[in-house]
Amino acid sequence: MSDQNVNKGRRRMLILTTSAIGAVGVGFAATPFILSMMPSARARAAGAPVEVDFSKLDVGVLLTIEWQGKPIWFVKRTDAMMKKLGTIADLLVDPDSDVETQQPAYTKNLPRSQEKYPYISVMIGICTHLGCVPLDKFPVGLASGMGDDWPGGYFCPCHGSKFDMAGRVFKNVPAPTNLVIPPYRFLSETRVIVGENPGEAKA
Amino acid sequence: MKNLFLLLTLVTMPAFASGDGVHLDDVNIDLSDTESLQKGAGLFVNYCLSCHSAAFVRYNRVAKDLQIPEKVVKDNMMFTTDRIGELMIATMLPKDAKKWFGTVPPDLSLIARSRGPEWLYTYLRSFYLDDSSPSGWNNILFDKVAMPHVLYKLQGARHAVFKKDENGIKVFERFEMVKPGSLNKEEFDAVTRDLTNFLVYVGEPAQMVRYKLGVYVLVFLAIFLVFAYLLKKEYWKDVH
Amino acid sequence: MEKLMSWIDDRFPLTQVWEEHMAKYYAPKNFNFWYYFGSLAILMLVMQIITGIFMAMYYKPDAGLAFASVEYVMRDVPWGWLIRYMHAIGASMFFIVIYLHMFRAMIYGSYRGPRELIWLFGMVIFVALMAESFMGYLLPWGNMSYWGAQVIINLFGAIPYVGDILVEWLRGDYVISDATLNRFFAFHVIAVPLVLVILVFLHIVALHKVGSNNPDGIEIKKNKDENGIPLDGIPFHPYYTVKDIVGVIVFLMVFSAIIFFWPTLGGWFLESDNFIPANPVSTPPHIVPLWYFTPYYSILRAVTWAWLPGGAKLWGVIAMGSSLVVLFFLPWLDRSPVKSIRYRGWMFKTALALFTLAFLMLGWLGTQPVGGINTVLAQLGMLVYFAFFLLMPIYTRLDRTKPVPERLT
Repeated sequence: MSDQNVNKGRRRMLILTTSAIGAVGVGFAATPFILSMMPSARARAAGAPVEVDFSKLDVGVLLTIEWQGKPIWFVKRTDAMMKKLGTIADLLVDPDSDVETQQPAYTKNLPRSQEKYPYISVMIGICTHLGCVPLDKFPVGLASGMGDDWPGGYFCPCHGSKFDMAGRVFKNVPAPTNLVIPPYRFLSETRVIVGENPGEAKA
Repeated sequence: MKNLFLLLTLVTMPAFASGDGVHLDDVNIDLSDTESLQKGAGLFVNYCLSCHSAAFVRYNRVAKDLQIPEKVVKDNMMFTTDRIGELMIATMLPKDAKKWFGTVPPDLSLIARSRGPEWLYTYLRSFYLDDSSPSGWNNILFDKVAMPHVLYKLQGARHAVFKKDENGIKVFERFEMVKPGSLNKEEFDAVTRDLTNFLVYVGEPAQMVRYKLGVYVLVFLAIFLVFAYLLKKEYWKDVH
Repeated sequence: MEKLMSWIDDRFPLTQVWEEHMAKYYAPKNFNFWYYFGSLAILMLVMQIITGIFMAMYYKPDAGLAFASVEYVMRDVPWGWLIRYMHAIGASMFFIVIYLHMFRAMIYGSYRGPRELIWLFGMVIFVALMAESFMGYLLPWGNMSYWGAQVIINLFGAIPYVGDILVEWLRGDYVISDATLNRFFAFHVIAVPLVLVILVFLHIVALHKVGSNNPDGIEIKKNKDENGIPLDGIPFHPYYTVKDIVGVIVFLMVFSAIIFFWPTLGGWFLESDNFIPANPVSTPPHIVPLWYFTPYYSILRAVTWAWLPGGAKLWGVIAMGSSLVVLFFLPWLDRSPVKSIRYRGWMFKTALALFTLAFLMLGWLGTQPVGGINTVLAQLGMLVYFAFFLLMPIYTRLDRTKPVPERLT
């Protein structure tokens, strides 16, 4: 063992280079493991856009289907329900749907639906508080057991959050934002594809 | 003992060779031949998928790997589902198959891995007419096979000629064409090769990236090796 | 940084551990090719654990789902095929490394005193590793998995009186079934790996207590300088860390070449019959264990003498068990005054060469059908295998050894 002829600079350079390449190698090696935890082809196939035919759905009744494992709600709203939407703005946190993440731009309007089919409401039925599935409490007033000033809407049993018939959240409840509207596209008057935006036709 | 590894890699295990004395024909498997794979996929869905599933294979994966537009797959290749992410499931129900053929046709996802491409290629080209069989067909490679000759319109119908060898055992000698099909021998060989090629792909879709990636990995490690070796050399100068 | 280190050192002996086991662990300076396999074995253990954790995320230990879940990993999970190949091929690579590591101990006498305990820990690791890979091999639930497990578990049935009930207890059913798969999974993913990790720890603690052997078989601790540092020793870090990195890269190149270009290795690493789902009513035409078991499997099958009391089956199992047990006694069977093959005489060299040939031949025969010349060869191989150990006290004493130098050459 002798230390006199050591070229310190070369040694340091080699340590740095080898460590750097080694670190890159560890990074490469870790990538497949990290990526393997992303949704698999099976999960992606199950989460693919789904087609819904609601021709047999009655007006004012809730239909729940599944998309990406989440409950998706369909309601053909009645005229009464539609009228009510414009009258309760002061009860709501975000009556004009200004929080952009909660709906696609094409549903940022009073009934939170597509212009051509305003009565049809499509929403993800998951409470924006902690992810429970709210219950439908459509009848107005005492009939829903929600008090006589209840304008009709949804009620989350977990922590008492309330939403109106367009999924807009009421003031003084734990949920911070309106219910989320998924991308959806009309194939015809009674058929909708959930998971695709209008004009976006995948093969 | 140093040679243990070498020995292991060089000796292939004869116990795995399939076949009962029947010669297996070589087949040119080339997964970079996209056109062949596409033709094979077409043949598969038209001739195989009515009875056999490939239950681990998804249509959209085939579309992507074989560079077939999803629309084409959806319109021309999917008969049992309209969802592109679905698995390739046979039209025929297993319980019907049991009734009609006495057995459920095996899933073909892994057939190329369990049987080997040479076996498949030879098997597909070894059907002959046999009155004693319920389907009217038999196969040199797989005696009393329940599967009929699905490709007979392409290949034509043939008799098999057998002879007795010195021990009096019946051995296959040659085929005799009874009714020619729409393809000649070369064309039919090409068709079965495409189908076999496709089945090899289906057996392990990762093959499409595995080889390419392997080259990069080895190049990276080789570069790493150079620097690691220089570093080792540098330090070991101290040791006398 | 220094402050942090002293803060830690006041609470945990970090610097002390680092110095004792790396920076001031003095290893002989003449390690050769054979000394890479210890660090490679640790690499493989770590790799199997990491890939195994990820396999456990996607695999389903259920007879109805297991086979499909492996194919799900191979196809649907992003990069799953790579993880699965690393794990399945890693098992074979692990055994290659372990066999070469053990062979190193045999040629340089690393099992000799004062390293007997290192050898014994190592042997228990080896047996645990066999159990680990055997149970792991059932999990894909392919037809070879199924019938391999069937045959190996039935070996225990040869034990007189308790055999039958023992076999049922191991399987938890009258055949290999969902219950068997589920318990093998539990053993494979936690019980045995835990034991392995503890044993590896003990193996290394014992090694660092007595110090490493070397190709000359000389104790470097006999010649120390005024500071108590062995004259022929060099600090493990940095000298052997930088050297082992080179070894690791070369090994990874071989490993990658197999994974990416020839994962089945012609049936040696992945068997074609295992791409058929387990079928309890149809046995594959040739049941072949994976290559690392075939030498012992050959010994099992070599015992065909029906006149033995209790029958050939029982004695086959005994012979196979003994072929492993006898390895444990190696430190006490060897009576040579020298450790390394470099200073041994022709008798040991011949015996070791014959043993190696017999081992390889048995390994190859284990993949072949029985009967005829194969059985005779297996019996011959078995004879050589046991003679190597049982005659060792005699020939190692008779052998004419060369004088061992004082210092490393």
